[in-house]
Amino acid sequence: MTAALLDIERLQVRFGQTVAVADASLRVAKGEAVGIVGESGSGKSATVLAAMRLHPPGASVTASRLSLDGHDVRTLPDRRMASLRGGFAAMIFQDPLTALNPLMAVGRQIAEVVAAHRGLRGGQARAAAILLMERVGIGDAAVRAHHFPHQFSGGMRQRVMIAAALAGDPALLIADEPTTALDVTVQADIVRLIRRLRAERDMGLVWVTHDLALMAGIVDRVVVMYAGRVMETAPVDALYAAPRHPYTVALLASLRRDGVQAEASGAPVPPGGCAFAPRCPARMARCDTAPPMLRAGGTEAACWTLAA
Amino acid sequence: MRPWLGAIGGVLLAMTALLAVAAPLAAPYRPTQINLRARLQPPDWGAPGRPRHLLGTDNVGRDVLSRIIWGARISVSVGAAAAGLGAVIGTTLGLCAGFFGGRTDAVVSWLIEVQLAFPFTLFAIFLLAALGGGFVPVVCVLALATWVNFARVVRSQAMSLRAQDFILAAQAVGVGPVRLLRRHLLPAVLPSVIVVASFSAAQAVLTEAALSFLGVGVDPTIPSWGAMLNLGRDYLSDAWWMATFPGLAIALTVLGANLLGGWLGARLEPRGS
Amino acid sequence: MNELAALSGVSVRYASGGRVHVGLDRVDYAVAAHETAAVIGESGCGKTTLGRTLLLLQTPSEGRVHFAGEDLTALSGAALRRRRRLMQMMFQDPYASLNPRMTIGETLAEPLVVHGMETWRSAQARVAEALAMVGLAAAMQARLPHEFSGGQRQRIAIARAVIGRPRLVVADEPLSALDITLQGQILGLFRRLQESLGLTYVFISHDLPVVGRIASRVAVMLGGCIVEEGPTQEVFSRPAHPYTQALLDAVPIADPAAERLRQAREPSSPAGRPAREARAQGCPFVQRCPHAMAMCADIRPERAEVAPGRTAACWLHRADA
Repeated sequence: MTAALLDIERLQVRFGQTVAVADASLRVAKGEAVGIVGESGSGKSATVLAAMRLHPPGASVTASRLSLDGHDVRTLPDRRMASLRGGFAAMIFQDPLTALNPLMAVGRQIAEVVAAHRGLRGGQARAAAILLMERVGIGDAAVRAHHFPHQFSGGMRQRVMIAAALAGDPALLIADEPTTALDVTVQADIVRLIRRLRAERDMGLVWVTHDLALMAGIVDRVVVMYAGRVMETAPVDALYAAPRHPYTVALLASLRRDGVQAEASGAPVPPGGCAFAPRCPARMARCDTAPPMLRAGGTEAACWTLAA
Repeated sequence: MRPWLGAIGGVLLAMTALLAVAAPLAAPYRPTQINLRARLQPPDWGAPGRPRHLLGTDNVGRDVLSRIIWGARISVSVGAAAAGLGAVIGTTLGLCAGFFGGRTDAVVSWLIEVQLAFPFTLFAIFLLAALGGGFVPVVCVLALATWVNFARVVRSQAMSLRAQDFILAAQAVGVGPVRLLRRHLLPAVLPSVIVVASFSAAQAVLTEAALSFLGVGVDPTIPSWGAMLNLGRDYLSDAWWMATFPGLAIALTVLGANLLGGWLGARLEPRGS
Repeated sequence: MNELAALSGVSVRYASGGRVHVGLDRVDYAVAAHETAAVIGESGCGKTTLGRTLLLLQTPSEGRVHFAGEDLTALSGAALRRRRRLMQMMFQDPYASLNPRMTIGETLAEPLVVHGMETWRSAQARVAEALAMVGLAAAMQARLPHEFSGGQRQRIAIARAVIGRPRLVVADEPLSALDITLQGQILGLFRRLQESLGLTYVFISHDLPVVGRIASRVAVMLGGCIVEEGPTQEVFSRPAHPYTQALLDAVPIADPAAERLRQAREPSSPAGRPAREARAQGCPFVQRCPHAMAMCADIRPERAEVAPGRTAACWLHRADA
């Protein structure tokens, strides 16, 4: 078995007293697309940022395993880490306007990444940048390369960021809500582009999102997070056909049905209990202690209902 | 901002205020008592029993410490009053200009420009020469300088607040302009007004000093820090203490005002941290 | 039709940076009493401007705004403020729309006090009642906005909108700031309040599935114009305008097999096709339209009836074209 692109086991991320990620495990095999889905505050972004060692300074990160391409992210020297970022694994964000340098023409920004990861210089790097812009569907790339980020529309800006991400020819693309700020028709274009690029270069993908419906068509496997913990992980078809965790059930229900949700007790759980229990319609006495990941077929879920 | 910094500011200001109030008790000498035999005495911390001048004496033998303690009265009251009056005028004009825009803004902006383009000290001397010195005229003239600080900050804040949802939301439920300005905009600009007030009080203390030096200050019979500082400048090489201690008093008071202002500004923001 | 609020021939133009931007372009729009209408479209289409103009929070450059049979554009500032009790706005970001320095009690009492319905002292009971109506405890009155969660703030925003017993509530993206599991609860709350208070809603949204759940009528906006309008079920099942079709095609489906198929489908306007140049007087969708004809770039189609109760602005539906 070859090394996983990304391998996270028992990750915990804390900011002072606040626990952003309590316990998350995640593995992305070569060429695999994994979706991390959760609501705000679920720790989905903090998980991937920690994996890229891009967590804010002051955050404490512990894990029993945290590796990119078989290298331990926690102990890798800064220079090696920098070459892994953008080289082996590239990241795109929700807001390209803040992720791009507003004072530098986009062509030069992409060329910088090309220079850093492919060792090309000057004219060669610029030519490669223009080629990348063409590949992500930016028309008239030779001219547009001289434009600045604010001169692009939201969708085009996201394409620029994708072009920069592809510059190092990554084996893994981590996308943190890349279409959330976009209009639906533009979102469709970006999704189509990422699907095409993945097919072309057998690239692994981590798709961080709160949009279960859009994700359904993109990923092979889904990791559902809630309150900093993984609630369920399953192959995409199994997850939508037969969700096992009550939280996943609630998510899908609010997407499909008319807001009719089963009643939950709302009663708090003692420390160490299941985080979802207060909102859970299937709560039982055992939920006062947090369940481990339990397996049922291809699905794993942190819920005592699987133990029955 | 750390709370203990604000506390230091508060203590500095409280000490100044206390000295000002208790000047007759705290000062070892009368501030105007001339002693030509003890001119330009350096600070003397020697043995008790003989008359000492802890911070030295000036060119006519007056006790520097006593003069600083009495001078606090002028500096504190002038600084606070000028900043307060400037704050009322500047905040009102700034709020109206920023919120109503249009012609109101044009008029206020023009006033600000005129004020900034004017050689203020010259103008102040002219006015005070015409009005005569004294507390009220000095404070009014100083407020003419400080209101601009408030108006500029408040105007730009009001302009950006006007576009914010919670102001629009208040208008949408039918809140009229008076209540909108008083209850919604004013509390939002208050933290910056307090910060500006601390700087403006400092500016007023310094300007009052300059006016005292020029002989158009509050009251020539009461010493003021500014006048002492200016007098001390001429003796800087022979009697460093004459200028240093009043200067230190001004610096500590201004520092105290700024620390307290900065801390209050941060405290009044409701979003915590 | 028992018309509650209407725009007739309304344009909104802003001058910024020496250029004139068109927010609304000669829009006619009407909402009937007690219905739930929705306005959909992509960012920059003018839907928020339409909502604000309907309440005269945005002054139109031309045209008339009517509410309950009265021409709002002819009213003085003070007279307009008195009408505001009856027409309320909910903003996209509930947190930004609450004064961070005012307690919830004060925020909720404010509309009652400024309209002379209560004094600050006597408002307490109605504030508590309004909080109960949206499922919050009366004791929360004393708290500041930052002490609440996103869902609670949205409830507070709703309470403020309905506390003065308005007839019309315009809600700008009321669910987009909420997590998906909360959206259903808030939608249910909207519906209950409509029944108990006889409200008329205008929802401004880019979320088609949500609109499909709540709105009886929908208007589709593009480039400052309404390009299609009609009963939601009919518009969504048989869109008349190619732009409406494009919006519907872009909605993801919560089913892996169906969604993979949808995503794999080529867009109805292939990028390779030579784009027609958009002109100010032409149809705003001409560049992206799979059915664009020569005339579409030159002449903007007026909105006309395509079926009883349905209108669309597209040359495909004009018999005279």
